[in-house]
Amino acid sequence: MIPISHVLVLSAMLFGIGVLGVMLRRNVIVVFMSIELMLNAVNLSFVGFARTMDDMTGVVFIFFIIVVAAAEAVVGLSIILSIYRTRKTLNIDEFNLLKW
Amino acid sequence: MIVFFYLFALVSLITALGVLVFKNPIHSALCLVGTFFCLGAIYVMLNAEFVAVIQVLVYAGAIMVLFLFVLMLLSTKDNDQYALKLNVPRGLAVAITGLLMIQVLTAFMDPTIRFGAPGDYPVERIQEIGSITLIGQLLFTEFVLPFEVISILLLVAVIGAVIIAKRRVP
Repeated sequence: MIPISHVLVLSAMLFGIGVLGVMLRRNVIVVFMSIELMLNAVNLSFVGFARTMDDMTGVVFIFFIIVVAAAEAVVGLSIILSIYRTRKTLNIDEFNLLKW
Repeated sequence: MIVFFYLFALVSLITALGVLVFKNPIHSALCLVGTFFCLGAIYVMLNAEFVAVIQVLVYAGAIMVLFLFVLMLLSTKDNDQYALKLNVPRGLAVAITGLLMIQVLTAFMDPTIRFGAPGDYPVERIQEIGSITLIGQLLFTEFVLPFEVISILLLVAVIGAVIIAKRRVP
């Protein structure tokens, strides 16, 4: 049986890599992929806890998280598409229209 | 069995780092597919077969194909402007992330970590009923309201995506 702490450490490391991707990369699609990576890290810890605590709620939650992630990916990518049409760039530092 | 867990964990960490360091976003996307497959394998080892299947179908299949489509629609030749750049505020952010990571990792490695009372579904019972049957039963009894709400969310997302991505005719 896989120890829960090792699953949690893997999940925390994947989440950390995702955070670094959001902070360091400038391509908006790569930033988006890092967000997906963070969602997956959270899913992994959900599965680990569901397994350790003999509970199915975590697995049902993952179902919902994946649906939300899919909806988020669709809407986010279409926003990126329409921003690219007007700004002609994918650099996230240039998307500053709503900044003050 | 447990050797495979560490193998897949290592491969998933390496491919996740690939997402971070590759200059070409298409290479990053392919690395992310590798991470999703490794996570799917780990889910199988953790007795969550249904999650492993939808991980591969929805994440590695549908979502990543969507990402690759958009990447190829918007491909630019000069990927250098998007490369990793370090300056003082970003370095500070990385350092703070590292500190938080160390704290979380030490908490997770603590051998005296405690959990609540075990739930109603140990592995033997899940294997007896079947995990997909069990998830279906839970979805249509205990979680029926979230299940219906999430279908509305999907509908809204589809309509929103069509409206946002639509080319506006002046």
